Amino acid sequence: MRREGKRTFFYEEGAWIRSRACMAGQKESEGPLGNTFDQILEDDLLGQKSWEFAESEMLRRTVELCASKADMSSGDIGALLAGDLNAQIISAGFAARQLGVPFLGLYGACSTMTEALVVGAALVSAGYLKNAMCAASSHFCTAERQFRAPLEMGGQRPPSAQWTATASGAVLLDEAKTGGMRVTHGTVGRVIDLKIKDANHMGAAMAPAVADTICAHFEDTGRCDRDYDLIVTGDLGIIGRDLLMELLVRRGVPMDDKRLMDCGASLFSPEQDAHAGGSGCGCIASVLAGHVLSRMERGELGRMLAIGSGALLSLVSSQQGESIPSIAYAAAIERSQRA
Amino acid sequence: MNGKQMPDAKAYSEMVDRLTPKTPKVKGFLRAFWVGGLICALGQAIGALGGALGLSYQQLPMFSASVLVFLGTTLTGVGVYDKIGKYAGAGSIVPITGFANSVCAPAMEFRREGLVLGVGAKLFSIAGPVLSYGISASVIYGLIFWLTEVIG
Repeated sequence: MRREGKRTFFYEEGAWIRSRACMAGQKESEGPLGNTFDQILEDDLLGQKSWEFAESEMLRRTVELCASKADMSSGDIGALLAGDLNAQIISAGFAARQLGVPFLGLYGACSTMTEALVVGAALVSAGYLKNAMCAASSHFCTAERQFRAPLEMGGQRPPSAQWTATASGAVLLDEAKTGGMRVTHGTVGRVIDLKIKDANHMGAAMAPAVADTICAHFEDTGRCDRDYDLIVTGDLGIIGRDLLMELLVRRGVPMDDKRLMDCGASLFSPEQDAHAGGSGCGCIASVLAGHVLSRMERGELGRMLAIGSGALLSLVSSQQGESIPSIAYAAAIERSQRA
Repeated sequence: MNGKQMPDAKAYSEMVDRLTPKTPKVKGFLRAFWVGGLICALGQAIGALGGALGLSYQQLPMFSASVLVFLGTTLTGVGVYDKIGKYAGAGSIVPITGFANSVCAPAMEFRREGLVLGVGAKLFSIAGPVLSYGISASVIYGLIFWLTEVIG
């Protein structure tokens, strides 16, 4: 069976994690996870003419690094499944232009990385692709100008605001057993909206979508939180993480606090003034591809569930007074016993 | 799911309010007050300087406004005004230096989209509403002022 329950894919074969790579900016490198990134950007512009092309260049470099770690050239990539926060996902599109590889552009806002893993693992497992490069990126400066205010505008952020991470991550999934870690399940999210309108409170907007996907995943697979050594959420931030815990209690599936790690809440230290924590596609992409999967590779984790969540708003929808719909995708990753 | 549903929007909104820390108001007021006050005092001092330089009383507001706009724009250009704004909030947004900041910042941000569609089109993307409604209000005010003169 390749399905479990209503909306969980079970990957019978393949979807082995062959290599992974991540990059981050200066501020991220000064945070608690600073030494877990493969490369730190020397400057925010990366020698490009604009922030958007700098982000695209970062994504391209991450993909190439990931391919080179697998002793591959970019020409060997079966398909690139990637996305970002820029309008019409130009970071991913322009990176794919440089790379010249088959490209499946995805948009799940900050859930894009796990969306890519869910779809990529399905394509690899079913034999449509030999390998799938799953990647995502975000850049503080591109997100600020698109969603908020110009960089030099003098204003204050509320405590619930989050800091878009300048970061990118890539994970290469392969049909052949390499490495010893594989994606076993993927749960597709539903778009959930509990009428949060505050664009400075993404954690609150996304927590219900994460709760919904976690519950669906547990129901579909018959698993519970104790079946996972770690449950990794994307960028709920400190407040969103608290909200998720309470939502799960209400749903009757309380979670052990120690098992839950939020990448956004872990990326920056309180002194770094990121308020509720980090956010952006690159947040879970870089932390998963770096810190979390390294822990699994070292044998500290046997099985984990990664849930990226994204707020599906745009500037237009919020200016027209709409609330913030959100989605979350979950990917279960396991370390093979033999490895 | 046997009553184990997601809370409704109202219940969730209460939950969010309960778990979200509030903006520290007193600290914010104090910072806004002293920085805003300082900018105003600076304006007053510039006015006094203008007076000493022999400018007429009518010319003084224009003089201090121009100098403050110059300072606000310069501090934005060298990347300092956003730090002041982060500390002082409304204290540095409300005075005319904040207006200068709100025009200069988009000009810098959108320079890469060119002089016409970037700087030209986006220059007033933040200050624009203030200008539109400010000028509209002053037209209405002027009309009322004129009518009271005609009638009176």
